[in-house]
Amino acid sequence: MFHRSIWLATAVAAWAAVQGAPVAAETPPDTLIQAWSIDDIISLDPAEVFEFSGGEMLGNSYEPLIGYDVDDVSNVYGKVADSWEVSEDGKTITFKIKPGLKFASGNPITAEDVVFSLVRAVKLDKSPAFIITQFGFTPDNVEEKIRATDDMTVAFEMDKPYASSLVLYCLTANVAMVVDKKLVMEHAEGDDYGYNWLKTNYAGSGPFVIREWRPNEAVVFERNDNYHGDAPAMKRVIYRHIPEPSTQRLLLEQGDIDIARDLGPEEIEAMKSNDDIKIDEGVKGSIYYLGLNQKNEYLSNPKVAEAMKYLVDYQAIADTIMSGVAQVHQSFLPKGFLGEIDDAPYSLNVEKAKELLTEAGYPDGFSVTMDTRNTADITAIAEAIQGTMAQAGIKLELIPGDGKQTLTKYRARQHDIYIGQWGPDYQDPHTNASTFAYNPDNADDAASKPLAWRNAWDIPELTQQTDAAMMEGDAKKRAAMYEDEQRQVIADSPFVVMFQQVEVAAERKGVNGFVLGPSFSDNSFVGVTKE
Amino acid sequence: MTRQGRPRALASRSGAFAWGAAKVLATAFVTFLGLLLVTFVIGRLVPVDPVLAVVGDRAPASTYQRVYLELGLDKPLYTQFWMYLTDIFRGDFGESVLTKRPVLQDIARVFPATLELATSGVLIGTLLGIPLGVLAAVRQGGISDQIVRVIGLIGYSAPIFWLALLGLLVFYANLGWVSGPGRVDISYEYDFTATTGILLLDTAMQGRWGAFGNVFSHLALPASLLGYFSMAYISRMTRSFMLTEMAQEYVIAARVKGVPEWRIIWIHALKNAAVPLITVIVLSYMNLLEGSVLTETVFAWPGLGMYLTNSLQNADMNAVLGCTLLIGTSFVALNLISDLLYRLLDPRVRRRA
Repeated sequence: MFHRSIWLATAVAAWAAVQGAPVAAETPPDTLIQAWSIDDIISLDPAEVFEFSGGEMLGNSYEPLIGYDVDDVSNVYGKVADSWEVSEDGKTITFKIKPGLKFASGNPITAEDVVFSLVRAVKLDKSPAFIITQFGFTPDNVEEKIRATDDMTVAFEMDKPYASSLVLYCLTANVAMVVDKKLVMEHAEGDDYGYNWLKTNYAGSGPFVIREWRPNEAVVFERNDNYHGDAPAMKRVIYRHIPEPSTQRLLLEQGDIDIARDLGPEEIEAMKSNDDIKIDEGVKGSIYYLGLNQKNEYLSNPKVAEAMKYLVDYQAIADTIMSGVAQVHQSFLPKGFLGEIDDAPYSLNVEKAKELLTEAGYPDGFSVTMDTRNTADITAIAEAIQGTMAQAGIKLELIPGDGKQTLTKYRARQHDIYIGQWGPDYQDPHTNASTFAYNPDNADDAASKPLAWRNAWDIPELTQQTDAAMMEGDAKKRAAMYEDEQRQVIADSPFVVMFQQVEVAAERKGVNGFVLGPSFSDNSFVGVTKE
Repeated sequence: MTRQGRPRALASRSGAFAWGAAKVLATAFVTFLGLLLVTFVIGRLVPVDPVLAVVGDRAPASTYQRVYLELGLDKPLYTQFWMYLTDIFRGDFGESVLTKRPVLQDIARVFPATLELATSGVLIGTLLGIPLGVLAAVRQGGISDQIVRVIGLIGYSAPIFWLALLGLLVFYANLGWVSGPGRVDISYEYDFTATTGILLLDTAMQGRWGAFGNVFSHLALPASLLGYFSMAYISRMTRSFMLTEMAQEYVIAARVKGVPEWRIIWIHALKNAAVPLITVIVLSYMNLLEGSVLTETVFAWPGLGMYLTNSLQNADMNAVLGCTLLIGTSFVALNLISDLLYRLLDPRVRRRA
C-alpha cells in the first residue's frame, strides 16, 4: 500500500510537469527589476566608487559636470555645467553652472557644491582620486586650485596645460559627480566630509535616488521628483543580487525579473529561441590580455613573446567559448576611444611560432606557468591557449586561484604569465596608455606600478611618448600619437591583447529603452518603459 | 560533540554549581580564543592582499600605503590580533571593508535569513527522518527499508547545487507550486517591517497574511531541499540506532510480556535511541546554521554562507572573525541545549546530576 501511493504521487508529479509552465508572472508596470551579480559594490560614495556595478548605480543617480554621448563619445556636453572656457595658457578651465538645478533633497546646485565634491574627492584620497589629482592637485593645494569665483562659476586650475579633451573626459568620471554639500555636511563626523554617512547613503541630483543598498541582496532606486530633466517612466528600479546565471535565466523566463545581466554564452544561445525574451548588447571597454613577465628568462626573449602571439586561436575562442560576449581585439585601446586602431595582425600560426621559438633557441619549447582566475570564462580561455601552445612545444601549466589571490601575485610580479582583464578608468585614451605603455621606474620598489611595471617591461621611450600625448592640445595629433603607441605595443610588448568584452543583457519583450553604454556608468535604465 | 556542558556541573549544592559554571565558561572562553586565533592566522596567511578589497586594483601607491597602515598591516601578527581582541572586549567588532557597515549590523541582517532556513530545514529533516528511519529499521531488509535507504543515499550523494536547480526547474518554473529565488516578492517587500529578520515571524506578528504566504512559498523549496539532506542523515542514523535497540534484551523481554509491538518500537526503543539521536540532530542543525553557500547562491538567499564566503575571498578579516564567533557561539549554545535534553531523556544522566 505504502509503495503504491508513492508511485502514484510520482506519476501525478510527472504528468503535471508535462502539462507545461503556468502563465508567467509579471513585475509591476511601474517597477523595473534587474538581476545582476552586485556583490562587488563596496561603497556608494562617488569619491570612492570604482567598481563596475557601483559605477552603474551612480551613473543613474548622480550627475557629473560633463557628460558625453554614449553613441559618439567625442561629443562632450555639459550636464551640471552650462558652458566652459579654457584659459589662454591652457592651465585653467572655468565652468559656468546651469542655473535653477536642484538636488533630490531640494537644495539648489551651486558652484559651491561642485567645488566641494572635487575638493572632497581629493582630500578623502580614495582609489579613484588620482583621476583628479593627476592634474596637479594635492590635499594641501586643492582648496586654492579648485575654487568658486562666484555663486555659479568654478575655476579649475591645473599645474600644466593638459590636453583639454583628457581633462573633460576625466570630469565625466564617477569621482567627479556632484554631491549635495549641505546634506552631506549635516552628517559629517570630524573631518570625514560625511564619508561615513555617504558610503551607504545618497546625496545626488540624478533622475533616480538610491533609497536602499542591502549588500549581497539588493539596491533599490526611486524616481527623483526634483529632477530637472524629463521624468522617468519607472517609479522604482530594483537590482537584485542573483549570483547564479541559471537562476537568472529561470527568473527571467518566468517573468519575475525584467532584465538578466549575467548570462553566459550558453544561456544566451538557449534564450535566442524564446519569443518573450530579447537580447541586447553593448561593446564595453574591458580588454582580455596575457601579461608575460619579463623577469622570466624565456618570456623576456622578444622572439618568444612574438611566438606566443601566434599561439592563441583568437577567432575560435571568440566564436565558441566567448561567443556573444567578446570580440577579437589586439590593440590596447578599446573600440570607441580616441585614436583606437583596429589592427589585428596575429592569428593562430603554429609553424610561424615554431620558427620564432627555434630562432630564440628553444626549438623544443619550455615550461611556464599561468595564474588563472577560477571564473568560467577565464579558465576556458586559458585551457584553449594551453592547447594551442602545446602544439609548439610550450608546456603551459595553469595555476587556478581566486580573483584576489591571482591579482595579489600579479601585483607583486611573481607570476610567469597572467591572464586578465583590464577596463579603462575613464573615457580618454590616456587611461590605458598610462598602464600598457608607461613605466617610469622599473625598480621593484617603484612608486608607480602600471601593467608595464607588473610585467617588468622597461620602456623609457614609450613612457615619454605617453607623457607627451597627455599634453597634446590638438586632438588629431593626439590621436596619431596613440595610434603609433598601439602599433609599438602590438609588435614589441609582452602583452598578448586578445579580446574586447561585449556586455549582454537579456530583457523581457516589453521592456524598452535600456541602454548598454561604453562604460558601466553609462549603462542607463533612466529611459526604460514597459509595454 | 564536546562534553563541557555536562549537567554533572549543575550539581545541587551552590558551590559546586558555581564551580561547574565557571568551568564551562572558562572552557568556552579558551575555545573561542583558540578559534579566533586559528581563524585569524589562517586569514592572514592566505595569499590575498587585504588592501585590495579596500582600494581595488587601480589605486595609486600612496592610497594603497595609507590603507595598508590604516588596517594595521605593518604591525606584527600578534599585535594585530591583540588589537582585534581588545576591540572585541569593548564591544567593537569592527567594520566590514566590503559592506562598509559594522560587522554586527551585517550579521544581524544575514543571520536571521540563515536561521529561518536552517530551522525549517532541520524541522523537516527531523519530522520526516525519524519516522522513516524507524520504519526502515522495523522492516529491515524489506521494500520500505530499501526505499528509505535509496532516498538517503541520493541525499548523501547528489550535489546540492544540481538538486537545487532541478527543484527550481520543476516546482518553480514548470509546476509553479512555489515562488522563485529570493526571500519575498517585490510587491510584498514593503508590506511589513523586518524587525526580527525572520520573515515568517515578522509577517505573522504584523498580521500580514498575504506576505506570510508569499514568504512561505519562497521558503518552501530551499527549506525542503535542506530538509531532505538532513533527513537523509537523520533517517540513516535513526535506522542504525533503532536496529541496535531492537536487538536488546529488554525488547525481547517486552515482547515476551506481550507488550504491543507499536509500543515497543515507539515508546521503549525510540526513547532509548533518542539520546544519541539528539546529537545527530544538533550536528545536522549546526551544519545548516553555518549557511550553505551553494544553496544560498542558487536561491539568491542573502544568508550567512554567502556573506562569509565573500568575506573570506576578499580577506575581509573583521567579517570573517565576526562570523566565526557567531558560529562558535551557536555551537556552544546548541551543545548546552542538547545536554539539557539528555538530562530530560536519560535517567542515568539525571541520576548523576
